Amino acid sequence: MQSGLRLLTRNPIWVFVAIIFIFFSLSTERFFDIANFRNILVQTSTIGLIALGMTLVMINGNIDLSVGATLALPASVTVDVMGWGAFAEWGNWQILPAVLLGLLSGIAIGALNGFIVWKTGVDAFIVTLGAMLGIRGLVFVYTQEQSFFATNFTYSDFAYSAVLGVPTLAIVFLVFTVATHILLSRTVHGSNTYAVGDNREAAVNAGIRVGPHMVINFMIIGFFAALAGITLSTQMGAATPNLGREFELWVITAVVLGGTKLTGGAGSIIGTFGGVLAIGMLRNGMNLIGVPAFYVLLVLGSILIFVLFLDKQLNRQGEEEIRL
Amino acid sequence: MSKVETETAASAKGHAPDESAPGPDTSRSWVQIISAQGILIAFAVFLLGFGLFSDRFLSFENMESVLRSSSIIGVMALGVTVVVLSGNLDLSVGSMLSFGTVMVVDLHDKIGAAPAMGVMMVAVLALGCINGFLVGILKLNSLIVTLGMLSAIQGLTLIYSGGQNVDIAPSTQSTTWFRVFGRGDIAGLDMPIIIFAVLAILLHCAIAFTAYGRRVYAVGGNPTAAVFSGIRRGRVVFSTYVISAACVGFASIILGSRVMGSQNNVGQGYELLVLAGVILGGTSLLGGSGSIFKTVVGVLILGFIQNGLLLMGYPYYAQWIVTWIVIILAVWLDIAGKRGRLFSPIA
Repeated sequence: MQSGLRLLTRNPIWVFVAIIFIFFSLSTERFFDIANFRNILVQTSTIGLIALGMTLVMINGNIDLSVGATLALPASVTVDVMGWGAFAEWGNWQILPAVLLGLLSGIAIGALNGFIVWKTGVDAFIVTLGAMLGIRGLVFVYTQEQSFFATNFTYSDFAYSAVLGVPTLAIVFLVFTVATHILLSRTVHGSNTYAVGDNREAAVNAGIRVGPHMVINFMIIGFFAALAGITLSTQMGAATPNLGREFELWVITAVVLGGTKLTGGAGSIIGTFGGVLAIGMLRNGMNLIGVPAFYVLLVLGSILIFVLFLDKQLNRQGEEEIRL
Repeated sequence: MSKVETETAASAKGHAPDESAPGPDTSRSWVQIISAQGILIAFAVFLLGFGLFSDRFLSFENMESVLRSSSIIGVMALGVTVVVLSGNLDLSVGSMLSFGTVMVVDLHDKIGAAPAMGVMMVAVLALGCINGFLVGILKLNSLIVTLGMLSAIQGLTLIYSGGQNVDIAPSTQSTTWFRVFGRGDIAGLDMPIIIFAVLAILLHCAIAFTAYGRRVYAVGGNPTAAVFSGIRRGRVVFSTYVISAACVGFASIILGSRVMGSQNNVGQGYELLVLAGVILGGTSLLGGSGSIFKTVVGVLILGFIQNGLLLMGYPYYAQWIVTWIVIILAVWLDIAGKRGRLFSPIA
């Protein structure tokens, strides 16, 4: 009981998830339905994947505003490379080098962001704010403002495939959620992530190489953004240069809803998963009961602020003590 | 300017009295001069560089067009600077611009120009008060609060307009006096530029020369010390968000009057361009350091980058890449000057 209560005060988002779930289940019969749950998981997998990486970066005490643009480059690279003449004879194997190059481009952008944060000491907020503009520019240079269309139908069918009745994209998201949870809670890299975010000086003194550590986390979020971009392009069968605009806002909303602190040192994948589900169920449920899409924005913004307020009230005592 | 230099030089000596070797000393002062005047030097270099490449660049018409196109982001950046000086962020200005523009354009034909502007101003100020209440009085994290408000106000705008774009009826477009804010001019100088300049001078004086301004710097520089010296931190922060909202209101009037219509998402992404201008000007996101004047320079640099690259024949998205590099270089040099070494000491 005691530990259950502690879990709730640490992750108030799951109360919201439960309330939203019960509310929509009661208000429309189409919500409580296996097919609809599958839908929700597929719809949120894109934001969810990036949110996993964002959780690591934010626990580190950094932030990445460039994920929306980072997502667009791998999507374009993958769909473009697949159509290269060099791979024309490869059949479905042409997907392999394309996806690898796509993931590599995402990881490279993450590494670049991380390296700049490490070497210059400029705040990650500013570095990635600049990158958000600049990488979008790179995407436009690469694509020459064109959309790319996937000619390989195995690629675009992938988004609608399923294994044992579970959509493949949902499985990808769930597998990486578990993997990231284990990385964060059971490995040295995970505990270093908390240590660096909690007290950077102490982490340096404890012998953690903070710079390379942060670069690795930026590479992880680059990888997840690339993966999200590729799954998004399989869903659409195409990649547009404007793909992923404003995604950073949705992702940060999901992570903050999940209880990760912007100041670093606190947060969990379980909370982030709750935040992602809350956003997914809200969008899906409000759509099902016929509320116009733009009310979702209003509700989501209000919930974000309310969760922040709730979190402050619940954790107030500790904070007052620290200040004095 | 010279005051800043002597101050940094003095502090450098105070912190490191043993460093008498000539090598590091000269390189230090070199870095410091660059970083203290960095943004003005960069500005001059930009103007000269682009001027060499294109003879049209330094013409009066071109200058005016840069100023005019920078005026909306500029007016918003003035308000955001005040918020940032007090140690907070305002990411909601972009969707607030959409909201204000849609509202003033929509109401123009229904209740007339002056009432429309009044109602819009009140509505936008109310949004600013909500921001101020949440950040100033409830002391919630400003980044998340204004991120939530960004989304909420976007929703409000769409609910208000029902998802439709709004327009001022074509028959009244040429006759209404509302057009003066975006399309008029005084003695050949475009009205948006004049509004931008007047607001910039007013706010610069209010922040640089009054007790209120010093309170803003104090709250941003050291909140605890500010509270102990009797400053009501909550009220100051609250007021900065109201100022920011007012600036967005003025920007909405300029934009609505220039376009005579509005899309629902017209301000999407503006918050980041505005922030880019503020950062480029050298105002610290940690609060307590920077000025309105610097922000004007930062916004103009953004405008000149855009204009210069277009004149040189590059596609419009080239400016994004150049802005990326310039922002990071500007902040990096600033930090490097303060810590006295180019690279971060973090292992």
